[in-house]
Amino acid sequence: MRHFFSLRRLYALLVKEAIQMRRDRITFAMMLGVPLMQLVLFGFAINSDPKELPAALVAPTQDRYTRAIVTALELTGYYRFNYVTASAQEAENLIAQGVVSFVVTIPSDFGRRVERGERPQLLIEADATDPAVASGAISTLGTVAANALLHERGAEAEAAERARSQLEVVVHRRYNPEGITQYNIVPGLLGVILQMTMVMMTSMALTRETERGTMENLLAMPVTPLEIMLGKVLPYLVVGAVQVAVVLTAAKLLFNVPFVGTLSLILLGVFVFVLSLVLLGYTISTLSRTQMQAMQLTFFFFLPSLLLSGFMFPYRGMPGWAQVLGEFFPLTHFLRMIRGVMLKGANFETVQAPLAALLLFVLAYAALALLRFRRTLD
Amino acid sequence: MNVPEPAIDVQGLVKRFGKKTVVNQVSLTVEQGEISGFLGPNGSGKTTTIRLVCGLLTPDAGTGRVLGYDLLRDAARIKREVGYMTQRFSFYEDLSIAENLSFVAGLYQLFPAQEHVQNTLSDLGLTVRQHQLAGNLSGGWKQRLALAACIMHKPKLLLLDEPTAGVDPKARREFWDEIHALAEKGLTVLVSTHYMDEAERCHRINYISQGSLIASGTVSEVVKNAKLRTFILTGTGIAKAAEMLAGAPGVDQIAPFGLTLHVVGQDAKLLEKSVAQVAKETKTTMSEAETSLEDVFIQLMTGDEGGVS
Repeated sequence: MRHFFSLRRLYALLVKEAIQMRRDRITFAMMLGVPLMQLVLFGFAINSDPKELPAALVAPTQDRYTRAIVTALELTGYYRFNYVTASAQEAENLIAQGVVSFVVTIPSDFGRRVERGERPQLLIEADATDPAVASGAISTLGTVAANALLHERGAEAEAAERARSQLEVVVHRRYNPEGITQYNIVPGLLGVILQMTMVMMTSMALTRETERGTMENLLAMPVTPLEIMLGKVLPYLVVGAVQVAVVLTAAKLLFNVPFVGTLSLILLGVFVFVLSLVLLGYTISTLSRTQMQAMQLTFFFFLPSLLLSGFMFPYRGMPGWAQVLGEFFPLTHFLRMIRGVMLKGANFETVQAPLAALLLFVLAYAALALLRFRRTLD
Repeated sequence: MNVPEPAIDVQGLVKRFGKKTVVNQVSLTVEQGEISGFLGPNGSGKTTTIRLVCGLLTPDAGTGRVLGYDLLRDAARIKREVGYMTQRFSFYEDLSIAENLSFVAGLYQLFPAQEHVQNTLSDLGLTVRQHQLAGNLSGGWKQRLALAACIMHKPKLLLLDEPTAGVDPKARREFWDEIHALAEKGLTVLVSTHYMDEAERCHRINYISQGSLIASGTVSEVVKNAKLRTFILTGTGIAKAAEMLAGAPGVDQIAPFGLTLHVVGQDAKLLEKSVAQVAKETKTTMSEAETSLEDVFIQLMTGDEGGVS
């Protein structure tokens, strides 16, 4: 046993890594500063339910019905009428240039039709190049406009009477009733930030030794692949722990993200996730010969995992094959786990599937890294 | 057990990188307590052979024993008892001398580690500088740190790959004194070098060229086996003499050394005749001299370029 694993040798490796980490101040500062910076930046910047979008109003006549509609639209919070014009051509230019996201056209006979009890028409053109921008604003539209008109004509009671006999749909927006993007984004950001720093840092672990020429010496000494792996991976686990503490504290204090589930379950999940990440990074470093290659491999892995994991786009909205592909990224399972625990208050039974998947990654990466480790300079 | 087993006893080592055979059928024996020199031009396979011996590379063919352990099966044991000093400085430049040594002590499971480190530091005169970062050291001190690190665990065999490249003469002298002191205590040393004076400080030398071992023995044996004759011309006309001797029958090497001209050749009779004639014409004095190791090596290297391989 002494030959395969020795605590004394592992300790020597850990001390060495710790000293090197401490001396490389810029990297060290980045490991702690970057997560916080990214969390604040993206946490405040990303919004999947955009409000107060610029809009143009084309209204040849300004009667009370027009005003009622405009006020009602503005009250939804989605529209901000920056341009009021009578020219359809001017409005067309504005939306083509991307200056406004919506053009609301109220025809000149709108008020007349309302008063006669005919069917008035209202045209809303949305810039739907980015579907996410338009969807929220459009979805609220029908009822808002209709109610505004009823109110203006004093016909609400009549309408309510008529609606009573109709089908009522009850919608509960659970776990995040106000639809606050940050509740969804911030736990996801924890995963993304950890993935970026952990994988990147550890992917350099062995290639740096090779490039500096110290690998030759290391291999000539009686140290085993397992010890080298643990010696490289464990220090980053500590760095990861600090990052987690920073991000979770900020999530609570800055964004007030609810921690519905138990903290211990959150920490357990994060621990397994970080372990899988550092091992993935280490595996990458056994596969590449230079730091440049390691960096490229990391990015090759990083982008698909960001896009297919469900961090940026809804996982269930992807086609089946893409969902299958998404299963191969630890981030996918981490997101399920962390969102489940933090926002839904899931217990251990509920999240054991993603936890088991993460554990599988840990074992697979560790095995692959040990297999791929070159004991010689061949 | 009158005759102890050799420290290194390998046969028929072959190493290929792709299609290129870097080490070709090298057999090498180094007796215990011996300082064995390893010589050859750049790219001749010295480093590769040393790496094969210490288990850093796996041979494509060949067998052998190092310190009594099987080269192929017992690589881990060999590593524990061999000290290997790499050609390029390969310790951590962002660690201090003492930190580097503590690291090495830990990997060799030396206990108590600090005692070993302090003893090694004082043995090699590094105590005062122990807190300097390795990256800030000059070539000589880096070399001393590397030596300290590879002898701290008291290996039985020391493999040194061009240890004195880029080190000043005084540091080189001290380094060699250290090596001899260690050999005196029973340590076996295999050292590769380009310097003739260093080769002459070895008990035995091995000359490798294009992956093949082509000469082996004590310095005088190697010189004798080369069967070279050397004449020295002295006088003012040696520049002219050098010109005339170029390409003359029997002349293999012409090398000016200050005011003298060394002329070396394999065919003693032809050489003597040519040199005598030129000496007469240029009014220089001719005398016979001992062939030096350098002459032998130049001869061996010139032979390589002939493309005999």
